[in-house]
Amino acid sequence: MSACPTQAIRVRNGKAIIIEERCVDCGNCCKACPVSAILIEQDDFQEIFNYPVRIALVPSVFIGQFPSNILTGDVFGGMKSLGFTHIFEIDSVVDLVQQGYDGITSCQACEKPAISTFCPAIVRLIQVRFPALVDHLIGVKPPSDVAAIHYRKQMEEQGHDPSEIGVFYITPCAAKIASIKSPVGEEISPVNGVINMEYIYNKLLHLIMNNEVREESGPDSKPLDSKGILWSLTRGESEHQQGRCLAVDGIRNVTEFLERLEETDDSHIDFLELRACDESCAGGVLISGNRFLTVERLNRRAGEAQGEPGGQAGFFDESLYALDKIQARSMLALDPDRTVAMEKMNKLEELLKVLPGIDCAACGSPSCRALAEDIVQGRAQPSWCVFLQELYIRDGRLSLEEADEINGSIWGKERDYRSQSK
Amino acid sequence: MLLQYQIEGGDFVNAGKASSAVKRVLKQLDVPARRIKRVVIALYETEVNVVAHASKGEIEAEIDTDKIIISVKDSGPGIPDIEKAMEEGFTTASKEVREMGFGAGMGLPNIQRNSDHLHIESVPGEGTLVRITNDLRD
Repeated sequence: MSACPTQAIRVRNGKAIIIEERCVDCGNCCKACPVSAILIEQDDFQEIFNYPVRIALVPSVFIGQFPSNILTGDVFGGMKSLGFTHIFEIDSVVDLVQQGYDGITSCQACEKPAISTFCPAIVRLIQVRFPALVDHLIGVKPPSDVAAIHYRKQMEEQGHDPSEIGVFYITPCAAKIASIKSPVGEEISPVNGVINMEYIYNKLLHLIMNNEVREESGPDSKPLDSKGILWSLTRGESEHQQGRCLAVDGIRNVTEFLERLEETDDSHIDFLELRACDESCAGGVLISGNRFLTVERLNRRAGEAQGEPGGQAGFFDESLYALDKIQARSMLALDPDRTVAMEKMNKLEELLKVLPGIDCAACGSPSCRALAEDIVQGRAQPSWCVFLQELYIRDGRLSLEEADEINGSIWGKERDYRSQSK
Repeated sequence: MLLQYQIEGGDFVNAGKASSAVKRVLKQLDVPARRIKRVVIALYETEVNVVAHASKGEIEAEIDTDKIIISVKDSGPGIPDIEKAMEEGFTTASKEVREMGFGAGMGLPNIQRNSDHLHIESVPGEGTLVRITNDLRD
């Protein structure tokens, strides 16, 4: 509950529930949950076989997570053994994205700092918590979408029927899945399905360990240059942008920086790269390898990169690669009616004076302030606070049975030690 | 609804605490983002002025459904010529301070730009009262 940067989680009946409109799909809860209770929605791998042309879009961190003794050729070869017909590295299109950025970061009239739309969790965070900053978001699709559009077009040009092409994204993160299931700034996602990277990792390691890879393979996209290899890591974008650039990773760090940016913009920063995960995509929730080792391997791979800088042909076509305007959807408002919101605000302040302020979370809300908000919104009762409950019992306003009932509805009835000892 | 904050002169570390708290309240009241931005910038600049020039100050923010009235009262040097102080580029900062990037003479003009109505009273040697009134309607 405390891992959630937007306070979207509550505990009810012994289980964590997520308040959907607050969730930015960052995946922090999945990393934090000790019993893996939070599952990430994903597509069944067998769905790829609905298409004769089965394209896997692979981010560079996917290769980076494998131990150094595993050959890249085996990884890509293994993916073909699993059933993909084409493998394209997503980061082969970063020069296209760069062309889109160039138009914006050199723009004098545009809102500065321009904020990258690379990380879908950040886009959602800004929508729900920093509505004043949505105009700073760069209207360029992230590399995964640009790659999907670019390579789909390429396959169509080679004569494949559009309905026969299935584009599958191998994802390191939960936010990417959500952004494909319910896209922001796009009508429909250009990707047909998302495959959990952990799933592929397990399958591939199994194949490789048992010598079942049919033959080695390279990717079907041109080899990456060092810019492409490092693009999804921290400073991957900011190192290549014009003017003063800053990269911040980790969603709490990002939140802190955005709070500041909203209040006073004295930073004179032109370009902001913001990533929800610590170490950016190398720290994605579905990455199996250690994030620091993944970064180290990718840095080494970048040092040995064969790819030509700017090697991918193509020009930034705005009709294909630009995002629609991103709308704010603030979750902070207590009520759409200002008068009602004022009343709730006053009540909230009164409650904060009574609640103990130690954020113990025993009430099932992540902090005293969150409980106060839940109370004014009718989602909780003051008696859910264990401290107030104690006072209510002493004053005779609440019976012990009622208190048991309340606590059971938060922590789950099976937590009662009396039922355990029977 | 009345919010109150104290400002300590010279405490640059905590300058901005009040504007941050006011921002939070306005967000919860579903005030449009562009209106919040104006209030926050005006208040923040005022806070910094108090911290930089006065020994202490008090902020009162009165919020109702369609407007916010912010009164900032300080015990400071006062402003001898308010009209002149409102001019862009007018500054009392020394050359050294300006070389550090402060005191460009944009503080008060910036407050004015972000206020719907700005009222300043000042007694040299005693202090200054700044009253910012901003519309909060959609």
